[in-house]
Amino acid sequence: MFAVVAYLVVTSSPGWPRVQTTFFSLEVARDSFPSILRGLWLNVQVLLIAAVCVVVLGLGIAALRTLRGPAFAPLRFLATAYVDLFRGMPLIITLYLVGFGLPALRLQGIPTSYFVLGTVAIVLTYSAYVAEVFRAGIESVHPSQRAAARSLGLTHRQMMRIVVLPQAVRNVTPALLNDFVALQKDVGLISVLGAIDAVRAAQIYVGQTFNFTPYVVAGLLFVLLAVPTARIADAVSARARRRQQSGSTL
Amino acid sequence: MSAVLDVRGVVKAFGENVVLRGVDLAVDEHRVVALIGGSGSGKSTLLRCASLLEVVDDGQVLLDGEDITDPRVDADAVRRRLGVVFQAYNLFPHLSVLDNVTLAPVRVHGRSRSEAREEALGLLERIGLADKSGEYPDRLSGGQQQRVAIARALAVRPRVLLLDEITSALDPELVGEVLRLVREVAEQGMTIVMATHEMGFAKQVADTVCFLDRGVVLESGPPDQVLGDPVEARTRQFLSRIIDAGRL
Repeated sequence: MFAVVAYLVVTSSPGWPRVQTTFFSLEVARDSFPSILRGLWLNVQVLLIAAVCVVVLGLGIAALRTLRGPAFAPLRFLATAYVDLFRGMPLIITLYLVGFGLPALRLQGIPTSYFVLGTVAIVLTYSAYVAEVFRAGIESVHPSQRAAARSLGLTHRQMMRIVVLPQAVRNVTPALLNDFVALQKDVGLISVLGAIDAVRAAQIYVGQTFNFTPYVVAGLLFVLLAVPTARIADAVSARARRRQQSGSTL
Repeated sequence: MSAVLDVRGVVKAFGENVVLRGVDLAVDEHRVVALIGGSGSGKSTLLRCASLLEVVDDGQVLLDGEDITDPRVDADAVRRRLGVVFQAYNLFPHLSVLDNVTLAPVRVHGRSRSEAREEALGLLERIGLADKSGEYPDRLSGGQQQRVAIARALAVRPRVLLLDEITSALDPELVGEVLRLVREVAEQGMTIVMATHEMGFAKQVADTVCFLDRGVVLESGPPDQVLGDPVEARTRQFLSRIIDAGRL
């Protein structure tokens, strides 16, 4: 009902014919599609590499943050500082600092590819978020599980690896998938560094033709990319709910 | 005969709350000691101190004559020699019954997977759950889970088995199957310390009953004496409350 009203209002508005040709031109969409799709491939590469790095780094930081005992206070502090910094810093600022600041140092071995630098910035920000998700997962595992593991003679590391983390990851999988969906679209931000991704490719086309349709094309492609993950996230959440309702206390 | 487990003057406080105020307890090999007492009397804390899940504030715990509360002792190595069963079973929900039982033998004791598997299947056979070896714990009843937890503790061939109110979380009709298993394990010569509210069971199975009250062992001796004809007024008071509740 709302959709119908919105459609009627939009299409009957005085500016609609103009908007239709500058945002929804089929011809422009067809022309710009191949280069945007090529750009999207870059986004997908960044996405996959970043996702793997984020999980590894996030797990490591979460493990540090959940260490107990006064001996580990410095490590806990460092991990907390990392999370505070990169969770608070807007992603776009991190992108600028890493993308333009690092190469400006002209140190040897610092990559200059915007693909690499953009990925690094995204990993820095997202690993801080994901570390917090993992931490919540680790803390959701009941202390009695730790007691049982230690009473069997498992070391702290073995306890984390064999008993705590598998349960923690299972508990937070829906939240992780949600972050993955967010990551899928945020990889489009590497365009601010000049990497020719889907957004940048669209922008170039827009700059040449003053027609905004390529943005719509790029946006729809990102949506298409996100839909399967969103459905997987739904399925995983539903499964987790069923598990809980079947009377499992853990 | 020297004691397998020897608790000497153990003190443990959680903040302001002093739970153990100097507990002494010696457990000889092949003996079954039952710890009784009201809730908050320190039974569970004592077992957690003995299994190094808590650090004692004062006193010592000796295992086969070795001071295991010495900070220089490798606590993981000590825990390998103990078996602990908890009130809430604490099985690992993401592992099958068989994997729960073989975990410590393989990962901690370095036994081969096939050897551990065979031994675990033997244990599961003994507790009558061989057909459940592939199931996950949440598919089992409380009594079955607790029996698996006992098998998991036995799989490491412990010197002492510490049982922490292992029937308190069970439905009454499931208590029997767990106690039958404990009795069988005791008859085979396992050294056992158990905190329990099952006075009838303590009477039948324990060699010694210790009554804990406000963080000290107030009275201990053969079950007939402690449960039947206690010396201390507070023991009598505790037992009469238990009798009133229909538990003895």
